[in-house]
Amino acid sequence: AFKAAVLIQQWYRRYVARLEMRRRCTWRIFQSIEYACEQDQIKLHNFFSYLMDQFTPSSSKERDFISRMFVSGESYKEAELEKYCDYESIEVPDSYTGPRLSFPLLPDHATALLEAFKQKQQLHARYVLNLLHETRKHLKQLPNISHVSTCYSEEVTVCGDLHGQLDDLFLIFYKNGLPSPSKSYVFNGDFVDRGKQSLEILIILFTFLLIYPKEVHLNRGNHEDHMVNLRYGFTKEVMQKYKVHGKKILRMFQNVFCWLPLATLIDQKVLIIHGGISDTTDLDMLEKIQRDKFISVLRIKKRKELSTKPEMEAINGENKSETDAAGNEAAPRLSLQPQSAQAPSTANRLEFSRWLRQTVQEQMDTCRRLVDISESESEELTYSSMVSLKDVDEPCWTRQEEWKQILDILWSDPMPQEGCRENKVRGGGCYFGPDVTEKFLEKYNLQFLIRSHECKQEGYEFCHNRKVLTIFSASNYYEIGSNRGAYVKLGPDLVPHFVQYQANKTAHMLTMTQRQGIPESAFRALREKLFAHTSALISAFKAYDGDNTGRITLSNWATAVESVLRLGLPWRMLRPQLVRSTEDGMLEYKSWLDDLAMEQRSQEHIQSSLLEVIYRNRSNLETIFRIIDRDHSGLISFEEFQQTWKLFSSHMNIELTDDGINDLVRSIDFNKDGNIDFNEFLEAFRLVKQCQ
Amino acid sequence: VVAEIEKKITEAFEVFDRESNKTVDVREIGCIVRSLGCFPSEAEVHELLAKVEVEEPSGFVHLEKFLPVMTKVLLDRSYQPIPEDVLLHAFEALDENKCGYITKEDLVKYLTEE
Repeated sequence: AFKAAVLIQQWYRRYVARLEMRRRCTWRIFQSIEYACEQDQIKLHNFFSYLMDQFTPSSSKERDFISRMFVSGESYKEAELEKYCDYESIEVPDSYTGPRLSFPLLPDHATALLEAFKQKQQLHARYVLNLLHETRKHLKQLPNISHVSTCYSEEVTVCGDLHGQLDDLFLIFYKNGLPSPSKSYVFNGDFVDRGKQSLEILIILFTFLLIYPKEVHLNRGNHEDHMVNLRYGFTKEVMQKYKVHGKKILRMFQNVFCWLPLATLIDQKVLIIHGGISDTTDLDMLEKIQRDKFISVLRIKKRKELSTKPEMEAINGENKSETDAAGNEAAPRLSLQPQSAQAPSTANRLEFSRWLRQTVQEQMDTCRRLVDISESESEELTYSSMVSLKDVDEPCWTRQEEWKQILDILWSDPMPQEGCRENKVRGGGCYFGPDVTEKFLEKYNLQFLIRSHECKQEGYEFCHNRKVLTIFSASNYYEIGSNRGAYVKLGPDLVPHFVQYQANKTAHMLTMTQRQGIPESAFRALREKLFAHTSALISAFKAYDGDNTGRITLSNWATAVESVLRLGLPWRMLRPQLVRSTEDGMLEYKSWLDDLAMEQRSQEHIQSSLLEVIYRNRSNLETIFRIIDRDHSGLISFEEFQQTWKLFSSHMNIELTDDGINDLVRSIDFNKDGNIDFNEFLEAFRLVKQCQ
Repeated sequence: VVAEIEKKITEAFEVFDRESNKTVDVREIGCIVRSLGCFPSEAEVHELLAKVEVEEPSGFVHLEKFLPVMTKVLLDRSYQPIPEDVLLHAFEALDENKCGYITKEDLVKYLTEE
């Protein structure tokens, strides 16, 4: 009997181990796709920069189009902002049954809001705007680094990323209590995007911020950035919920986000920032920066950021290289000034111009890399004012350094290895090692760091010898049951106490079949990605298939796939889920890819390579379209679409005839008046996705 | 073939390698071995551990030590899977009342009895 039991135990352990392995692989898949997405965002930014530098408009129409796309949104002086986003003229109908706010806010307003949101009600646009105006006024007075002391309230509760998951916020308040004079809270950024209730979370947090200004503290996260919002859902959410006033609300949010403090310091001993630090993080500089000048980390580089519109139209007709020089004068020229002394004293003009071009290129490359000075909305820098800045010693570098400070704070991740290197996975900030942490804590006499930014299975995780604590408050972030959320409480002894939770109670007791479902969706996502790279995969496979037999070994399959997708996943472990049939260890790759395609293709007969490209760049395209659709009307003209596609394909090096575009458009049902309902177009993609 | 096996082992290992420093917690070894397709008993896992652990047990196993041992395991096809009918027999042997299932407590009892 004992033997029998052992046998069973053996088998069971193996079963559990397989599940565990599957779970971890799933986690890895989601995470690497998520980060690859963030990288995509950066690539998108680079795409725009590339277009700005390379694309030659071939007609005045295209020129207009580009200049419209790249000259950033109407800049408002502060007074204009107030006027444009004015709320007082907005009437609230008597039929409105939601909460009505009056200022100054009282605790009752907060409870009314919480109740209303639980009932799925919506706050009227007038109150939203009012709230945002008041929040902005308040935030402007705050320093870049908030100071909290544990002697005022017994404990401070620190929460991490919420990402629009209102249920988690409710859970936190339920378990920990609402903010009050005896209950301090710090919310460490990333309140929005991905989840569907980012608005409600912001409204609640801002309300509490105004009611209990001494006890509630908010830090800016990398998602409190309107460029990121365009892609990750917040912009969409606002426009869907507030069809009439959405634009105003978004503009206010854009402004409010840049006024959010960058960090919080508890008892001068514990620093709370959203992302992390780098080896150049300088708290003194951070304190002095004018944080509102940095509206977005991922700003499209302004082509003509120095000239006012009329000037630009005049330049438009000229040689492109000239406009380049004029347009990009700010960054490279300023920094070239000190260096001109070192220019090669060669009489050869060719040499000199090559050197010049190279240096300019280098400068542009460093400047281009995410880092872009976004001029404040409250001043229009004219060419002349920029010129006078030239006289100041090193304006560009100082601005750039300030920029890097903020970037690092919001985007960095800790790593186990020592040192500090670029965060290529996310495309922004850096990876910092335990030695960097050690030096930093010592320099500023701190005990430890609290940060968020990364999803953790248990909702929190220590690293760097317990000197860095990651706290993540969005449970079930990737999928139901994927992870817990947590918050941490600190008393005067600064010893952290954790509370974990999971929003969906039933997630605890997932049945076996449900648990199988999680890996399923991960693998589905992975198969999508594989399909999107069909052509590249075929090339990679062919490279291993010298004799053109149509088959490759599984080993080569794994290597090839990784070289194309670059997700860093354990392909050999995942193979059984991705590849159905093999013959003596060899895979017929064409039929495998065809099977994949069958899953993804819709009934429409769109050229498969085109579909692939669209698929691969789906979120990019969405973002692009949303940027083009500047009045957020959901409509773009056929021409705009064509031009967008041209721009896009020139960047992606795709051969596409006008016929190809026409076919594509025809296969989407659109009304013949030359307008494409943007949502319809996206729906076409979603339909493709659902046909599996 | 050996190279392929080694790659597979390394992959599985890395999934559990939290700090990306080529070490995993001792307690995960059983899981890794099993996810590579083996069915060792607890005793066999311990045997394996004895071969891969360092002299002063630090609680960690390094890939360097694990790789050769595990490669041999896979090449020798040790710890083979249990055929289904044998497994079924095992269940039936323990299911005295012939009710079609055994409880966790029963299993524990059989495993811990002397």
